[in-house]
Amino acid sequence: MVGLLIALGIIVVLFLIFIGIYNALVGLRNQVKNAWAQIDVQLKRRYDLIPNLVETVKGYAKHEREVFENVTKARNLAQQVSSSAPHIRAQAEGELSAVLGRLLAVAEAYPDLKANQNFLALQEELASTENKISFSRQFYNDSVLTYNNKIQMFPSNIIAGMFGFTMSEFFELKVEAERVAPKVSFS
Amino acid sequence: MWEQISANRTRSAVLVIMMGAVLIILGYAVGIYFLDEPWGGVAVAAAVWIIMTLVAYFQGDSILLATAGAKKIEKKDHPRLFNIVEEMTIACGLPRMPDVYIIDDPALNAFAVGRDPSKSAVAITSGLLQKLNRDELQGVMAHEMAHVKNRDVLLMSMAAVLLGTIVIISYYASRMLFYSGGRGSRRSSDSGGGGAIIALIGLVFMILAPIFAQLIYFAISRRREYLADASAALFTRYPEGLASALEKLGASTNQIRGANQATAPMYTVNPFREEGRKAADLTSTHPPISERVKILRRMGHSASYQAYERAAEETSKKHVIPASALTGADSVPVRAPSAEGAVGEPDKFARTRETQNMLFGMANYRQLNCANCGTTLRLPPNFTAPAVRCPHCGTVNKTA
Repeated sequence: MVGLLIALGIIVVLFLIFIGIYNALVGLRNQVKNAWAQIDVQLKRRYDLIPNLVETVKGYAKHEREVFENVTKARNLAQQVSSSAPHIRAQAEGELSAVLGRLLAVAEAYPDLKANQNFLALQEELASTENKISFSRQFYNDSVLTYNNKIQMFPSNIIAGMFGFTMSEFFELKVEAERVAPKVSFS
Repeated sequence: MWEQISANRTRSAVLVIMMGAVLIILGYAVGIYFLDEPWGGVAVAAAVWIIMTLVAYFQGDSILLATAGAKKIEKKDHPRLFNIVEEMTIACGLPRMPDVYIIDDPALNAFAVGRDPSKSAVAITSGLLQKLNRDELQGVMAHEMAHVKNRDVLLMSMAAVLLGTIVIISYYASRMLFYSGGRGSRRSSDSGGGGAIIALIGLVFMILAPIFAQLIYFAISRRREYLADASAALFTRYPEGLASALEKLGASTNQIRGANQATAPMYTVNPFREEGRKAADLTSTHPPISERVKILRRMGHSASYQAYERAAEETSKKHVIPASALTGADSVPVRAPSAEGAVGEPDKFARTRETQNMLFGMANYRQLNCANCGTTLRLPPNFTAPAVRCPHCGTVNKTA
């Protein structure tokens, strides 16, 4: 009788541990999803800001045709691959960050442009969006790290295997310059 | 990454329980003295405490913001500050962006309120807003939002209420003693010498209770400050931002209006210091600013909790981050600074003008740009004249 009760107790405890681990895995998976959605929101915001920025700068700096074309091209490419795997997307977004940096550097040569209220406001928005992209990337990668660790480590790896929890991919920008300074450089 | 909350909570809970014990003993002493019924005193103390807790829980945020004279702003009032708060919301993974408030005060300070992370607010003085560049502002906001994230605000307000209750009860008890000459009780007639000794102990305790409570309160508060600094470094990936902001805060000699002993720990630096003296090392609700700056600067190329803990140990031989928080990645690269004076980063004159325009805007002043030279003309809310002369170039501008 006592033996039966002990066995029953052990089963109940094991079951509770199982529930705990399973719920933790689901929670982490959702956090990864939310963090990814946040990156997505900020990247889309950047696509929306770019045409306005290009138009404003064009009004003052007509001779920088090549820079405008590169920005527009990089933006369109990034938008096209926006539903691909994180590493393909990261490549395109890294390139876009780099050409945007060049576009803003162009402004240095045009004092009128630097004093334009509309340009300043756009620039603040863009700088902040760049920051938000890097902070959401930071949060996403932290979430992925925790989630992947949970999937690989004992004993949660058993439950992760049983219910098909798969590892998530990190979002790392591939462009070298971008890695050194995640912000748009204005100088 | 956020496991430190639970470890820290246990330690802080112990301290809060100690404060609770002080309150109970105080109630007991008051009961012996005035009511002839020790537990009656405890009941009175508990009743005062419960009422104050309820008020603080449901109204605390708005009371604090109102006494500080804080005004809520929208994105259009100050896009940069608003963006920075948004950035930090993302970085620390808060479920909702805190409301942003401005306090029209030349003193340099900032604080956060909000009993839970989904309903919170950050406030900053206009003086501080003018002084800090983007990186520094980010550091300060990250520090405040770390308080929200770590649930410090809830804990500190609970502790503040306990402290307040203890202070109020001992204040009235000592006044009653003073005015009634201790005749609040008939106990001298119905008890012997033993009772007199107990009464004396009670009396001493009534005087000491607020001091005990204050010390415990400061202990809770200081511990939380280190953790918020470490979190700010981690969230921004840039310890230098907060370090140089703290330096500016420490050099200031202004005292903020609308702060009191109980709310002091919620500010970035201790709002109380002798008028005209530096805040630097006189603080007790907060660790000395110079020490906080030194720790942040010693973190080197990593922004992790481990790096902060190591730096704190080197600086002051103290363990400040609970072990359970030291599980995340150790080497977290520090980001590059954003260049001051570059395009888009306003210089100190632009920041001052920006802040002034915002304050005038909140006071319902209308802004008009001179048609000729572009100077911003501020029109008071009751200004009715059809035209105004620009003081700069003399052009007459229509106000309609």
